[in-house]
Amino acid sequence: MNAATERLAVRLRGLGAARSQFGRACVILVPYLWLAVFFLVPFLIVLKIAFANIQLSMPPVEPVVTWTADKVLQLRLHFSNFSFVFGDDLYIAAFLNSLKVAGISTVLALLLGYPMAYGIARAPGAWRNVLFLLVVLPFFTSFLLRVYAWLGLLGRSGPINDLLLALGIVHEPLQLLQTDFAVYLGMVYSYLPFMVLPLYSAIEKLDLTLLEAAADLGCRPTKAFFTITLPLTKEGIFAGCLLVFIPAVGEYVIPALLGGPDTLMIGRVVWDEFFGNRDWPVASALAIVLLAILTGFVLLLQRVQSREEEA
Amino acid sequence: MPGRRSLFVLMALAFGFAFLYLPILAMIVYSFNASRLVTVWDSANSPTLMWYAELFRNAPVLDSARLSFRIATVNATGAVILGTLAAFALERYRRFRGRALFGLLTTAPMVLPEVITGLSLLLLFVALEQAIGWPGGRGATTITIAHITFSMAYVIVVIQARLATVDRSLEEAAMDLGARPWKVFFVITLPLIMPAIASGWVLAFILSWDDLVITSFVSGPSSTTLPQLVFSKVRLGVSPDINALATILVLIVTACVVAAGVYMVRLEKRRARDAQTAFDAAT
Repeated sequence: MNAATERLAVRLRGLGAARSQFGRACVILVPYLWLAVFFLVPFLIVLKIAFANIQLSMPPVEPVVTWTADKVLQLRLHFSNFSFVFGDDLYIAAFLNSLKVAGISTVLALLLGYPMAYGIARAPGAWRNVLFLLVVLPFFTSFLLRVYAWLGLLGRSGPINDLLLALGIVHEPLQLLQTDFAVYLGMVYSYLPFMVLPLYSAIEKLDLTLLEAAADLGCRPTKAFFTITLPLTKEGIFAGCLLVFIPAVGEYVIPALLGGPDTLMIGRVVWDEFFGNRDWPVASALAIVLLAILTGFVLLLQRVQSREEEA
Repeated sequence: MPGRRSLFVLMALAFGFAFLYLPILAMIVYSFNASRLVTVWDSANSPTLMWYAELFRNAPVLDSARLSFRIATVNATGAVILGTLAAFALERYRRFRGRALFGLLTTAPMVLPEVITGLSLLLLFVALEQAIGWPGGRGATTITIAHITFSMAYVIVVIQARLATVDRSLEEAAMDLGARPWKVFFVITLPLIMPAIASGWVLAFILSWDDLVITSFVSGPSSTTLPQLVFSKVRLGVSPDINALATILVLIVTACVVAAGVYMVRLEKRRARDAQTAFDAAT
């Protein structure tokens, strides 16, 4: 009897363990499968289409793998899309211009964002929460509508031109919309919160006694800032720059609304190739090249960061 | 603190916040302007609510707002369920096969340019339709799937951060007292991470409600979401009813964020009080 209950208990425990194993597998597998199907597989398809040939049909691509009538499995990879992309000055210019616009916007956002984050992190308690909320709030407000807001402000009869005219700085309205200036403005405006938030958390963590010690030893505030504060908040700077630069490179909405017809940015070119020219293979090839550039950039930054940590 | 430097920081703060908020304020002000030329103030007839009235008579706007709301609600719920599972897997099951890939898959959607995500999902839907006949055209379903896929990543970050702070000994105590893992999750863990789940839900809702680029790739001719409608309108220039729409949306979002902030602070306080009471009762 006693032995029997013991056996039963062992078996039940085994059953329980099997069940929790099963539960554990479910917890992992459900989101894993979702991401595999809707995120990983799509990439492989983009990669495949990038090597396909365009044809007039729906979908407008030739199959890459075919089973021919004489029982041959054919795999045809067209490298022409890539040679087309790298052979055309327009695409090269679009890539270079995207990197330039994203790079300059990131630096501008850093120059404005750092003192802001510093000010918020050093603000007295209650103020700090309010200011923090004020930085977060635009992040939740429609991106599209915030870009749209500049359309009215920058127009020929908009308040900025009115102000410049009234002050006598200019004598006729400036063309502000559809310029590179408007694109930079829109970029910094839209991505500023992404820069401020990681900077804020880095500056907030900073040990203030280090600065006090520096001051006690006669270090000037400016020097203390460059030798203590800046190096210790480097991680926040890295994170903020990454969060601004990466989405900015592939940005579509800002150049489409604020930029001129000659504002070449790669996100816009992919969009136009896809929707305008219905050239899916070239759009895919551009996406692959863009992805390669961004991945290379992230890896480079990671390596720099880890080397700094070792040093 | 030396005065010169704090003055510089103060000026940067003032300039930064003016830069962030003046355009939005201008948009709100212009929404009450009677003139069709948005930025030319018609002082004779303004302020007026005429653009708001027009907005509520505009059937396409209302239809697309309803569609966006439906997609955003389903998306937020789906993203929170999948995101909680994924956050749990990442935080509690430290080692399993393919964890590195899983970690990559859960963060990549946040940094990937939207044109790439949109393009790749569309190509997937087209390939799936050719292979198995599903999803049978593009519309609300494909948009929702695409939104869940990218907003889930943000939900995971929020919930994982919270899970990391949950005191494991509470779960272990329940387990020692014989509670099954599922019960432990629903009775102990879930209530503790509820604030994160709530903010993850709101975040996923807003990401979906706002999205233009990914949606444009995976939507069909019969499904136009609100951002798509707004974008097709503003490409032609400023328009007064969009100002009215923007004002309504900004006010709703502000109210939601403030309410969520207050709710979270309250929840936090109540939790601290409950813990204190429990502690007092125990000693």
